[in-house]
Amino acid sequence: MIPLQALYGSAGVVLFVLGLWSFLVHAPLLRKLIAINIMGSGVFHLLIAIAERGTEPPDPVPHALVLTGIVVAVSATALALVFSRRLEDAGGPPEDEC
Amino acid sequence: MNGRLRLLIALLAAVLGAALLWVFLPLLATRPESALAKAALAARPLTGVGNPVTAVLLDYRAYDTLLELAVLLAALLGIWSLGPPTPAYQRAGAALRAMIAWVVPLLVLAGGYLLWAGGQVPGGAFQGGALLGAAGVVLRLGGDPHAGLPAEPWQRLLASLGVGAFVIVGLVLLGLGRDFLDYPSAWAKWLILVIESAATLAIGATLAAAYVGGRPPGGTR
Repeated sequence: MIPLQALYGSAGVVLFVLGLWSFLVHAPLLRKLIAINIMGSGVFHLLIAIAERGTEPPDPVPHALVLTGIVVAVSATALALVFSRRLEDAGGPPEDEC
Repeated sequence: MNGRLRLLIALLAAVLGAALLWVFLPLLATRPESALAKAALAARPLTGVGNPVTAVLLDYRAYDTLLELAVLLAALLGIWSLGPPTPAYQRAGAALRAMIAWVVPLLVLAGGYLLWAGGQVPGGAFQGGALLGAAGVVLRLGGDPHAGLPAEPWQRLLASLGVGAFVIVGLVLLGLGRDFLDYPSAWAKWLILVIESAATLAIGATLAAAYVGGRPPGGTR
């Protein structure tokens, strides 16, 4: 049971790091937004992996936190998408050397 | 951004990942006892719901869920305050329309099922609300400019229903001399069901309205 749990959590760490890299390296707002969501998915993976406790029923508290986190992430993403669209309508974000 | 800087960032990110794994993997091996999980599972009979995740969300951490619904509402208000939505997509062709006529009722039915099932098995307001929101997204993709949502005043009512039900239940309990959102054991199951039903509708309407992406027409400025 432990290797599976470790695999799941490690995949979460990998997702988090990939998202962080993409967030820092890519300039377009949409790519940054996707990167933040991937980072969030990595954190959710980690929490779910920690909740697993072998033979006992899994810890419900991290599960509830993940459920809360997903809803907050979705609504924040929707708001950010609308912001970026308005920014695009207004002539795009200020260009820099990225 | 030049290639060398990208490489440096990649290396630093890899170091961070290695450090996180170095913390995480030994933690799994020691498998610490979770006192919180024990308490959460032990107190479950008092809440009247069999699903421990629902018990955590709607009972022990009800404040958290109330504020989360408020976050959802605040995000929708932000989206609405940024002006009207983009125009609707063109009307779907016959094949997509036929699929929508099947899929939307199924999504609504499955959402209602998940809401009810959430009391005992995995499911609940967020899963059910997500399916209702998905039904709205499908309708909007098929050419309905309002994503199946009612007129503007009703949308406001639907969006605030979750927070409203939570606050009303909390205030009534305060009036009865209990703490805010401290359900009496005998009614806990039904109070949770009322709040969850309202929250499902609110989450579904909010997600669909967020997908539309702008203030519904007919609103007063």
